[in-house]
Amino acid sequence: MRPPQVNGQGPVEKRGRAVHASGMTHQTHDHDHDEHHHHDHDHEHDHDHSELSEVALRVRALETILTRKGLVDPAALDAIVETYETKIGPRNGARVIARAWTDPAYLARLRENATAAIAELGYGGRQGEHMQIVENTTDTHNMVVCTLCSCYPWPVLGLPPVWYKSAPYRSRAVIDPRGVLKDFGVTLPETMQIRVWDSTAEMRYLVLPMRPAGTDSWSEEQLAHLVTRDSMIGTGQPLTPGATR
Amino acid sequence: MSRIEDFLPDLPCDVEGPIFAEPWQAQAFAMTVALHQTGLFTWSEWAEALSQEIKRAQAEGDPDCGDTYYDHWLNALEALVIAKGVADETLLAALRDAWDRAADATPHGEPIVLENDPQHAFG
Repeated sequence: MRPPQVNGQGPVEKRGRAVHASGMTHQTHDHDHDEHHHHDHDHEHDHDHSELSEVALRVRALETILTRKGLVDPAALDAIVETYETKIGPRNGARVIARAWTDPAYLARLRENATAAIAELGYGGRQGEHMQIVENTTDTHNMVVCTLCSCYPWPVLGLPPVWYKSAPYRSRAVIDPRGVLKDFGVTLPETMQIRVWDSTAEMRYLVLPMRPAGTDSWSEEQLAHLVTRDSMIGTGQPLTPGATR
Repeated sequence: MSRIEDFLPDLPCDVEGPIFAEPWQAQAFAMTVALHQTGLFTWSEWAEALSQEIKRAQAEGDPDCGDTYYDHWLNALEALVIAKGVADETLLAALRDAWDRAADATPHGEPIVLENDPQHAFG
């Protein structure tokens, strides 16, 4: 486990409070080209025959070869897409968080070895190895980013949202986490320290948000419904009891 | 094709799931997972291939705003499949052209199948 350190290339001092970012093991590319989105898709809809984009053609070419060589089964591909869309998703992560909120022994195991504790609930595998939990407290808020590409703990959070993969999020999360949070509608007290964790291929982080107030009598199942995907990335807070009624 | 929660990330809803802007992205994703399960490559080989591709694209000036992510993904997957000797660039290009001809020959609204290629290069 790597403790967070001040990033060498300098997360800046914001509003009188130091911002910590995790140690970066790889080169970062802090492009800030928010207005330079690519629009390079080939769209021509003026014919009465079917069209496939250049990339769609390449995907079909690959799939044809792989299928004919017996390396993939089209039905299995459909099943994989289905799994990631509906079965895995952030609900797995929400169950981990809800268990941690209600079971102190589980929380201890999660702190000690998150990969193993998450596997206890049956979640693991690709991209879920080497998980580490980062806990929000009354004075520290954690946020996860992958500055190089977009490492993401799929088994617990499903597939990453588009903004997580964007260069502006990746670079700004390190430089100006408070500003990013504000864009997400999260305003934290000035005294709250923000730690930004840089995911790598070796280490994925899952934010453990604080249990919402007013949920003392709630079951693990009920609590899981309060845990949003964004609250486990650190760009949001869990729902409050009133929000689900 | 984007969903509302991408633009309103703090929308108080029970957010579910992955974001594929277009179906081919989900398909490329699924093929990668399937090939890993088959054992064609390890996950670290894949992570390395994708990371190299992203670095290469950034070096060439791609602002990399997330919308090109699966383009990098597809480039990396093709390169890895070629490196593993499953296919070569000529075969991939020929199949891509066959699919293009098949799409052209398929009336709008009907499923595009490779057999629709008038040259029947692959089926």
